[in-house]
Amino acid sequence: MFGSIDPLVLIASLMVASTPILLAAMGELVTEKSGVLNLGVEGMMIVGAVAGFITAVETGSPALGFIAAAVGAAILSALFAVLTLVFLSNQVATGLGLTLFGLGVSSLMGQGYNGVRPPSSPRVTIPGLSDIPVFALHPMVYISLLLVVAVWWVLRSTRPGLILRAVGESHDSAHALGYSVRGTRFAAVLFGGACAGLGGAFLSLVIVPQWTEGMTAGRGWIALAIVVFASWRAWRVLLGAYLFGGVTVLQLNLQAAGVAIPVELLSMSPYLITIVVLVIISSDRRRAAANAPASLGRSFHASS
Amino acid sequence: MSAGPLLEVSGLRKTYPGVVANDDVSFSVGPGEVHALLGENGAGKSTLVKMVYGLVRPDEGRMTFAGQPYAPSSPHEARSTGVAMVFQHFSLFEALDVAENVALGMETPPPMRTLAASIREVSETYGLPLDPSRLVGDLSAGERQRVEIIRCLLQDPKLLIMDEPTSVLTPQEVGILFDTLRKLQSEGTSILYISHKLEEIRSLCQGATVLRLGRVVGSCDPREKSARELAELMVGTELTAPAVRAGAPGPVALKVDKLSVASPSEFGTALREVSFEVREGEILGIGGVAGNGQDELLGALSGEIGTAPGAVALKGRDIGALGPNARRRLGLLAAPEERLGHAAAPDMSLVENGVLSAWVRKDLVSRGFVDWKRARRYAEEVIAAFDVRTPGPDNAARSLSGGNLQKFVVGREILQKPEVLVINQPTWGVDASAAAAIRQALLDLAGEGAAVVVISQDLDELMEIAGRFAALNEGRLSAARLTEALTMEEIGLMMGGAHGMEVAHV
Amino acid sequence: MIRLEKRPTPSRVWAWATPVVAVLATMVAGGIMFAALGKNPVEAIRTIFWDPILGEYAFYYRGQLLVKAGPLILIAVGLSLGFRAGIWNIGAEGQYIIGAICGAAVGLALYPLEARWLVFPLMIAAGALGGLLWAMIPGVLKTRFNTNEILVSLLLVYVAEQILAWMALGPLRNPDGSGFPGSRNLRQYEAAANNELIAGSGMHWGVVAALIAVIFAYILLSRHLMGFHIRLAGQSPRAARFAGVNPERLILFCLGISGALAGLAGLFEVAGPAGQISIDFNTGYGFTAIIVAFLGRLHPIGILLAGLLMALTYIGGEAAQATMGLPAAAIQAFQGMLLFFLLGFDVLTSFRVRLGREAHA
Repeated sequence: MFGSIDPLVLIASLMVASTPILLAAMGELVTEKSGVLNLGVEGMMIVGAVAGFITAVETGSPALGFIAAAVGAAILSALFAVLTLVFLSNQVATGLGLTLFGLGVSSLMGQGYNGVRPPSSPRVTIPGLSDIPVFALHPMVYISLLLVVAVWWVLRSTRPGLILRAVGESHDSAHALGYSVRGTRFAAVLFGGACAGLGGAFLSLVIVPQWTEGMTAGRGWIALAIVVFASWRAWRVLLGAYLFGGVTVLQLNLQAAGVAIPVELLSMSPYLITIVVLVIISSDRRRAAANAPASLGRSFHASS
Repeated sequence: MSAGPLLEVSGLRKTYPGVVANDDVSFSVGPGEVHALLGENGAGKSTLVKMVYGLVRPDEGRMTFAGQPYAPSSPHEARSTGVAMVFQHFSLFEALDVAENVALGMETPPPMRTLAASIREVSETYGLPLDPSRLVGDLSAGERQRVEIIRCLLQDPKLLIMDEPTSVLTPQEVGILFDTLRKLQSEGTSILYISHKLEEIRSLCQGATVLRLGRVVGSCDPREKSARELAELMVGTELTAPAVRAGAPGPVALKVDKLSVASPSEFGTALREVSFEVREGEILGIGGVAGNGQDELLGALSGEIGTAPGAVALKGRDIGALGPNARRRLGLLAAPEERLGHAAAPDMSLVENGVLSAWVRKDLVSRGFVDWKRARRYAEEVIAAFDVRTPGPDNAARSLSGGNLQKFVVGREILQKPEVLVINQPTWGVDASAAAAIRQALLDLAGEGAAVVVISQDLDELMEIAGRFAALNEGRLSAARLTEALTMEEIGLMMGGAHGMEVAHV
Repeated sequence: MIRLEKRPTPSRVWAWATPVVAVLATMVAGGIMFAALGKNPVEAIRTIFWDPILGEYAFYYRGQLLVKAGPLILIAVGLSLGFRAGIWNIGAEGQYIIGAICGAAVGLALYPLEARWLVFPLMIAAGALGGLLWAMIPGVLKTRFNTNEILVSLLLVYVAEQILAWMALGPLRNPDGSGFPGSRNLRQYEAAANNELIAGSGMHWGVVAALIAVIFAYILLSRHLMGFHIRLAGQSPRAARFAGVNPERLILFCLGISGALAGLAGLFEVAGPAGQISIDFNTGYGFTAIIVAFLGRLHPIGILLAGLLMALTYIGGEAAQATMGLPAAAIQAFQGMLLFFLLGFDVLTSFRVRLGREAHA
């Protein structure tokens, strides 16, 4: 039954399906590397999805839509940053609150946009290569790959990256050396929000493309799981996101092919596989913890 | 350059809600001088140096550096002026490597490859061997201090602040550190040296400022004073040595046989075949530099870390497989090092913190329900018996000062009449009078026939109260020896000597 | 600049005052949101908070209050135990669904047996057991494989939703339902129905269970050693270990209790107000209960009050939707806002807020 499917087409659709999660997970990777656990990825994604959708529909420009998505989700994440970094609220509770709030706000904003079609984005055209499916995708797909390289390089080889890792590792030491823990974390949270927003907009503007309430359907949570799966390494986030994209594409193809497996079982497979992968990764405790930021989830209050 | 002082501090004052940390503090450090800042825990030394290093801003007062007004608003500014600092609680990042840690403490670090070369160069010049590519989490306490020192030296500081640098070193390593500091001094670097160890100060420093309760109570040339005079200046009262109750040790109370456990924390130290015995009426002192398995040993004895059957025996009975409360029931009690968050829950009241470890032996729970009336009575009993200063047993643990909370924690265990008490760092960060009271209580407990194991990094303390001494080094325990017969040199070797360090090429 | 000073002992006054302040602040902010939507803010607030209790049609709404508050309180009490211990079960929605499916399946399997004394208790047991087992999945994975319980419990919600769809369309579909999705209506099956105990009050067995859970949790937390250990483990895990608390047992206990209570809530809902297993059976009680738990400060009595308040926003929201055309999503955003304000104001419990730069003495 796969005989008729061109493997390159399959890879291309895998790349597209993975992109929202890849973007959101890269953002969360940076946030967590600074020591902040933001469980509101789902909420930020859906706000990005609706903000990008509305802007693109109203202006006719998908590019403006993506910008609005990043800004909108970053504003939402700023709320989280103020609560957790200034008012020292519990990061887990605040992140959950952000998701619930984001779901509510997005459906409020999206009133009247159900069933509307967004403007379609131009595809990249490289002469000679555009006939190959993998090289004729939405620009955002390539931007997300560039993002992986950029995050990897910044974290590994630049001074801002080193300071970010230091703040996530020991906020007390970083403070004692004179680095701004709050400022660094604020920036990381905003970056995470913007990335999640881009991921959400890619969903509503490119993949689906339309607006429905709750359309992120747990992708934000899967992005969080992928960061754990990746042991906080950029390249492994890419691997995890594409693995998940592969499962999604595969189960959709199987559904379309009418295989004798219950549709519900196929639909739940991405979530089940994510859980299985989490179990495998976490069971090696030492390796799982090896790259985790030591201050992850802890509030910082300078006592002196 | 003028011949005036390098750093001059005048009239500094800093208050926190309810506390005056520093009041009208003035002193000066000359060029090339090693100047001691002397005072017991809570005297305000840390706040003072944090102001010099730009971490805390003074409420009042002025500073000058090399004749220029000096008011650093951040450590960055302090560093670019020429002030560097080695912290007591290291400002290091365990998951980062040595070179990255060094780079984070510099204003304008060179590219990583050049930096690694200069780290090697400086470490060789000063006899502080260090591999720039190793993870800091894998280093010993002494090696971590080298990272901090090298980080400072790479910036050619005019003034080096060292906060209690010898508390994590063996006697041999202290000797090497002093050689390094004297070499620096001969090159013209001034050093502000913070300590409460008097002999060190007398051998190293040319000037000293003594702080008590946030105020300067005297300044002197420490070479001209006796250690006793300095101590009385620092504490404000005459010191009395604790009274030792002599008695012949009884039968073996606790026997540990080839105890090996992995560390529960990522950069912890595993215990390797630790064996010792402690007898009734005896105090066994276990020394060693921080991070050599002290936490793990306490956890394995208290039952928090699971141990193999046969590894731990209490009065001949194998308790290796038992958990903390089963061990308590049989009479083995423990008091961990970290008061807030391990021995006590910071936000819980003293009543609740009493229940935490005492419910088994003091019958504070019946049929699963806590008897809060009895619990309150027990907390009040501990408060009264150990002179814990607090408005009442309903106050949260973290509202108490370090010394008072430590008295509560120690008292909570002692009043349960243990057969064996294991205690880690009994007087760490505690003021002198509380420390004396705690040491006396431990001696009294042994005098009444209990076996006591004191794990401590304070060698003076162990020499004072322990009958026998053993040392932990990289998770292994040396054979125990009578304290009377030991010299500092021998103790140092038991603790691992200089940990492969070479003497500075002075 | 705002500066925070840690209080030596947490303030008891603020611990009770923050939820009230948060509710008032949310009313103000919500009013602004309603105004932005082009509605009269005063009227909207009155419709949501006043009319359902004391308005003209209050006799209809008052019953609804307990119907909505019951499951919220029941679930939130269970969650609060885990939250206090630092164990984050956020998949109550999934446990609620599975509990409903298991309970309903038992009832439907026994149809048309008329022995209520047998059928209804068996359904209750199956509902609690279903929720408990579903919550044990993240529990066992965490204790055995160190897997993050937040992510697993949440991901299992999506799995549970798929199972729900499968059940509604397949095994549990009403054989007499002429092919429509959804199970037999349990309210029409005397032996299995969870009907109102007092007509018009909204009081059903689920509400009774919620009240029992509140009392049970109150005694557990304030008097029992287990409750003490739960609080201890949440505040300082190392001190808990020193006190002899077995963290793995605590994880399984907290997840098990919260799962069982969520499962019970699902069972009472499916046998009562909802009546049948259908694709859209779950309406987010499992998530809203998280807000209820925090709004109630993880305290059983607080949760009782918070559950009633949250139920009020649901009913008032529906009323505002009917009379003023306020979008349903506005209420969801309103509830999220409430949680944010609460978390923000919570800082006052442990810290003093000072304005201005460092104070000069």
